[in-house]
Amino acid sequence: MIVKGRIIARGYAKGPALVTMQPISFLGSVDPKTGIVIEKGHELEGKSVAGRILVFPRGKGSTVGSYMMLQLKKNGVAPLAIINLEAETIIAVGAIISKIPMLDMLEEDPFSFIKNGMVVEVDAERGIVRC
Amino acid sequence: MEPELTKKERCMLNGECGEGKRQAMEILFALAKIYGAKNMVPIGSAQISGVSYKTIGDAGLEYLEDLAKKGTKVEIPAYLNPIGMDAQGWEEMKVPQDFAQKQLAILNAYTSMGAKPTCTCTPYLIGVRPKVGEHIAWAESSAVVFANSVLGARTNREGGPSALCAAICGFTPNYGMHLEENRIADLVVDVKVALPDRSDFGVLGAIAGGIARGRAVAFRGIKKADEDMLKYLGAAMAAFGSNSLFFMEKITPEWKIRDGAEKISVDKPEMGRMRKTLDETTEADIITTGCPHASLAEIKEIAEMVRGKKLKKPLWVCVSRIVKEVAARQGLEEIIVKAGGKLVADTCMVVSPMREMGYRNTGVNSAKAVKYLPTMCQQRVHFAKLGDLVEFEGAGKKKVRKK
Repeated sequence: MIVKGRIIARGYAKGPALVTMQPISFLGSVDPKTGIVIEKGHELEGKSVAGRILVFPRGKGSTVGSYMMLQLKKNGVAPLAIINLEAETIIAVGAIISKIPMLDMLEEDPFSFIKNGMVVEVDAERGIVRC
Repeated sequence: MEPELTKKERCMLNGECGEGKRQAMEILFALAKIYGAKNMVPIGSAQISGVSYKTIGDAGLEYLEDLAKKGTKVEIPAYLNPIGMDAQGWEEMKVPQDFAQKQLAILNAYTSMGAKPTCTCTPYLIGVRPKVGEHIAWAESSAVVFANSVLGARTNREGGPSALCAAICGFTPNYGMHLEENRIADLVVDVKVALPDRSDFGVLGAIAGGIARGRAVAFRGIKKADEDMLKYLGAAMAAFGSNSLFFMEKITPEWKIRDGAEKISVDKPEMGRMRKTLDETTEADIITTGCPHASLAEIKEIAEMVRGKKLKKPLWVCVSRIVKEVAARQGLEEIIVKAGGKLVADTCMVVSPMREMGYRNTGVNSAKAVKYLPTMCQQRVHFAKLGDLVEFEGAGKKKVRKK
């Protein structure tokens, strides 16, 4: 299926999805060296965001999180692309400076059609998700 | 709906004005979309947070150096927030060498882009005073409240990167506090208690901020408040409630209340309860003031308080470099140093490595500092009026009260 979304950071990526209904902070909750979620009690605790199409509602925490996303990218363990329900400043800025394609406000609820492990195509040049 | 861009803005987005401007514009364009801004608005100044190595770390340093290497420059006057140490006196402060080198590298990246190393959360105390109605992009939370509320300028609570992007482009997305219709109070606070000390304004700010939760507040019943008092009030409101605007009847330039706004009152017992909550310990290894950075008026008062006496504990008065230099010229620094205190420039107790410097318990007269010292510096906090925090040799157990 093909679903339209709003472009936040341009680019294109295709890969397996990692989905959580919980907000993510990139400062303190994700290990910048490994990309593994280390926040105690988080749905994704112990899982790596590296090489995944990361689907989550929104960011939380400090604006320094934007810089941590760049650190993930430089360490080669960043998500391939990001899909948010509704973008906020921290993740949007982080995605742009790290050149991680990002969409939000999909015309259909991403949690209803994207499941963990499913291969998803994020075309953030045209604003389209395909799976 | 996509924000409307001018020809120049479109050129920046297309990369015709260089890679640094393109990236900054891409961020501003995304933020404009996210917050529903119809257009961009030119700004008179920017105040950039995310300057301390302690907060932005290696990731931030690399980003800034990369941006600077591309030859990116700011378009408008841009002022930096405090850093993690006194840029000139860090060795004396016993700041670790590695920390200091990284911190200086961050400062260097910013200044090579044209930002001014003012290193203060109070640009309004060193002559940066936007006019009523002037659009700006400031980031440090207490400076944002002060600019909006006391000066009547217009700014959202920017993050470090968004304020930097605004400085690089010379404009910011036009939404939130930039729009007249949003500058209206949804909470009216009737103050039924006298507020003689600056720390009282911090206590009131903690109460009002916690209740307002980001809504603009209109204060009634405060007869007199100088700029330092308003500074402490706004800083606490931002720290306890993410507030960015308040009005004070007959004192601030704007005064507008929404029909049906919530109304509450604050009395003496409530102030007493909050004061107790803020005061965690009676111990203090060090006394710190200047959160936000101290004004010359505050330094004068401190100099009078300690003149010719010997302080029992170290006293830090956190200030901007410029105010420190003025205080030195007026002989005020010497008085404070002779008593055993010091003027610490460019930094403050919250963004410097207090724990690593060996402190465990800090005495403060700022409610904002109470909010951040436990998490950012692992400190237990003693909150009181400055006159009650400061103790002198030979004065016995009796506390010396401020006049």
